[in-house]
Amino acid sequence: MSEKLETMTPELKAFIEEWKSKPGNLIMVLHRVQQTFGYIPRNIALEISEMLDVPLAKIYGVVTFYNFFRLQKAGKYNVQVCLGTACYLRGGDDIIKEFEKKLGVGLNATTSDGLFSVEAVRCLGCCGLAPVAVVNGEVHGKLETKDVDGIIAQYRKLG
Amino acid sequence: MAYESYVLVCGGTACCSGGGDKIVEAFARELESAGLKEKVQVVTTGCLGFCEQGPIVKILPQGTFYVQVREDDVKEIVAEHLVKGRVVQRLCYDPEQAKKLVAEANIPFYQKQYRIVLRNCGVIDPEKIEDYIARDGYKAIEKVLFEMTPEQVVEEMLKSGLRGRGGAGFPTGMKWKFAQQQPKGQKYMVCNADEGDPGAYMDRSTLEGDPHSILEAMTIAGYAIGASKGFIYIRAEYPLAIHRLQVAIGQARELGLLGDDILGSGFSFDIELRFGAGAFVCGEETALLQSIEGNRGMPKPRPPFPAVKGLWGRPTVINNVETLANIPVIINKGAEWFSKIGTATTKGTKVFALTGKVNNSGLIEVPMGTTLREIIFDIGGGIRGGHQFKAAQTGGPSGGIIPPQFLDTPIDYESLAKIGSIMGSGGLIVMDETDCVVDIAKFYLDFTVDESCGKCAPCRIGGRKLLNYLKKITDGRGTEQDIKDMEAICDAMNKASLCGLGQTASNPVRSTLRYFMDEYMEHIKDKKCRSGKCSKLIQYKIDPAKCKGCTMCARKCPAGAISGTVKNPHVIDPAKCVKCGACEATCKFGAISHG
Amino acid sequence: MAKLTLADLRKMREEKQKALDMRDASNKDVQVIVGMGTCGIAAGAKETFTSLIDTLTQKGLTNVLVRQTGCMGLCHSEPTVEVVAPGMPTVIYGHVDAATAKDIVEKHIVGHELIEGKILDKPSVDIVKNA
Repeated sequence: MSEKLETMTPELKAFIEEWKSKPGNLIMVLHRVQQTFGYIPRNIALEISEMLDVPLAKIYGVVTFYNFFRLQKAGKYNVQVCLGTACYLRGGDDIIKEFEKKLGVGLNATTSDGLFSVEAVRCLGCCGLAPVAVVNGEVHGKLETKDVDGIIAQYRKLG
Repeated sequence: MAYESYVLVCGGTACCSGGGDKIVEAFARELESAGLKEKVQVVTTGCLGFCEQGPIVKILPQGTFYVQVREDDVKEIVAEHLVKGRVVQRLCYDPEQAKKLVAEANIPFYQKQYRIVLRNCGVIDPEKIEDYIARDGYKAIEKVLFEMTPEQVVEEMLKSGLRGRGGAGFPTGMKWKFAQQQPKGQKYMVCNADEGDPGAYMDRSTLEGDPHSILEAMTIAGYAIGASKGFIYIRAEYPLAIHRLQVAIGQARELGLLGDDILGSGFSFDIELRFGAGAFVCGEETALLQSIEGNRGMPKPRPPFPAVKGLWGRPTVINNVETLANIPVIINKGAEWFSKIGTATTKGTKVFALTGKVNNSGLIEVPMGTTLREIIFDIGGGIRGGHQFKAAQTGGPSGGIIPPQFLDTPIDYESLAKIGSIMGSGGLIVMDETDCVVDIAKFYLDFTVDESCGKCAPCRIGGRKLLNYLKKITDGRGTEQDIKDMEAICDAMNKASLCGLGQTASNPVRSTLRYFMDEYMEHIKDKKCRSGKCSKLIQYKIDPAKCKGCTMCARKCPAGAISGTVKNPHVIDPAKCVKCGACEATCKFGAISHG
Repeated sequence: MAKLTLADLRKMREEKQKALDMRDASNKDVQVIVGMGTCGIAAGAKETFTSLIDTLTQKGLTNVLVRQTGCMGLCHSEPTVEVVAPGMPTVIYGHVDAATAKDIVEKHIVGHELIEGKILDKPSVDIVKNA
């Protein structure tokens, strides 16, 4: 594999040590890994496999079962467009298409400059603000397709 | 300068169109001539609800609530109420109640909602344990630990009639009893906060607004079943709720309301958080337990039920957030109090996340037995933008679509099941005539197919096949035989799937077939979608009488589907048209339309 | 803080009940309560909160307590703010942006008048206080 190797941080190591003896720790550890790197890097998964004494195949099984975990690094700004029912009814679909069009990437892909990725997510629970998109934790509500340009520009400016 | 009274005139859409703005002017006029201009302030408000009785006028500080107020009534309100201090009884919703000088509790609007679960949401600071304690918080745990045996606690739950709010409606007391009766040893209490239904956020709001109520309830449950350890399984997508729970757990531990020997009672109980990771099926009990154990969240056949053999093989009770939030109140106010609220089979209240094409989307809590009409029109303020109510959807991807003829059905578990939906966890989505029911069914199937864990064939294959049929129909390629096949698949999935997800996944299809067969048939026979949602069924047409032959549309068309010569009417070739709408947008003469 | 005994807990409840009902220990007789659930924050409740604090500081008002709460349920009108002030009816305002937050301080708290077009109603009776 040609992917970049990530390095285990001391914080992550400490977290794993803390959770090592607790039953059912795998998902909590994976959450911390994703929080640290933005995805689950293969070499880190290997290290965890040894530290927790869990086969790599099981880790892969868990990671691919849950939507939340990703195997590829997201863009610096990860645009999550909600496709819950309320957002769908109020045009969430069109918002996704507009982001894809304006950024020139498909769903779950990252722009070539590594700045943006687009993701469709299930209900974010902000139905009162439908349709909603979340960029790195910041919620943009009551969206119309014409707002998309502005949102992209806002983050592009930050670089 | 201080005003003595305030006149609030509802400025909601319904009230305004009913003459609300005229009323504001009338008040200004009448107050001026009564010499009260300096003493009474007139304000327009946002929607006050109760829209069917509008225009609404409310007088503060008394809180008198006048309904169906007309311009000519204003003079009387000013003369009687504001000058003489006498309530104008004929304008009160219920004149009998008005006589008791209108405490808030007597105003009908306030009786539409009844907040047990949400009692503290929007009242206390959720990050302050003192706020919770001040509002009878941790009072139930006092009562339970020092005055009741575990058997009595279970008995109280059974008597209250509380049923699981996660969707299925299993009696909470029964669950607790099963777990209690298991031999002593390690048992677990789990809170299901993996709120996965799209369009539902009741649990998130409860956890964010009142986290301690869940901790207290879990401790009560732990005491009743003999568990010393609790887990809250919460979606990782809810960072604020997680944060507030962590703060709350820290505070409760510090004060000894969690941990060893709680309040010196000898009972010990502690709670840990476990994060979900975006798998809808983990809302199913057995799958949820798998996930807490760190595995892929695949359901297991029941029995054995979790109450007998759950987390790590030990007896486990799993209750949903909303169910738990009721428990401290039931203990404090008594099972009898609780069992008086609601219908014959379903006690208490239900929280709904009211969303979709409704004016006042929001989080509401109503007694069981409230009708959809009261929820959508009185509390929700009716349909947005003057559209028509077409259907409501409850129960998310496991629920059904409810047509207008059932607007007056009192809601409980049984009545909803009877009309082909389910209570579900509380998403209530309102649709208008611009929504296509076939498209909605497709939306839900798309969701369940994506979320099916793939373990059992009926759900894995059946769901995919249903989705394919729905796509075929919305693309205009459906046949009548498809409907028959879909009905057969629905039956098979319902009977043969392993868990609740598969058993109910066909509900959106079944209910739309049941109530909106005519729309399916329109898609199949007439190749028409009356809402205009199914883009492949849209036909663009050029009106030859309006077309000036400017050639603009032909030049814009990306598919080369428009032909014609200068100054002569153009024609669209439906076989080539990709339904992008560029022609309609570009035509300056309004000659192009779609339907 | 040390672990509570039963008596401590009861004492604490009684004291805090008074505090929550009104007056904070530090002589604050006006309360401004901002709904800060996910929806509220997404709609700008943090800006509202900051604007309230800034305006209060500017005016040198020290008798006002600004605090947060969870979702009031009025998702269609977020951010929402409840104002409890002596001599004034308790009201909930909706769509409270930074400018309206300033109005709340200047008009409602200082000027004792209600703000046009923003008032919403409480959704229901409080079951903890009423039966």
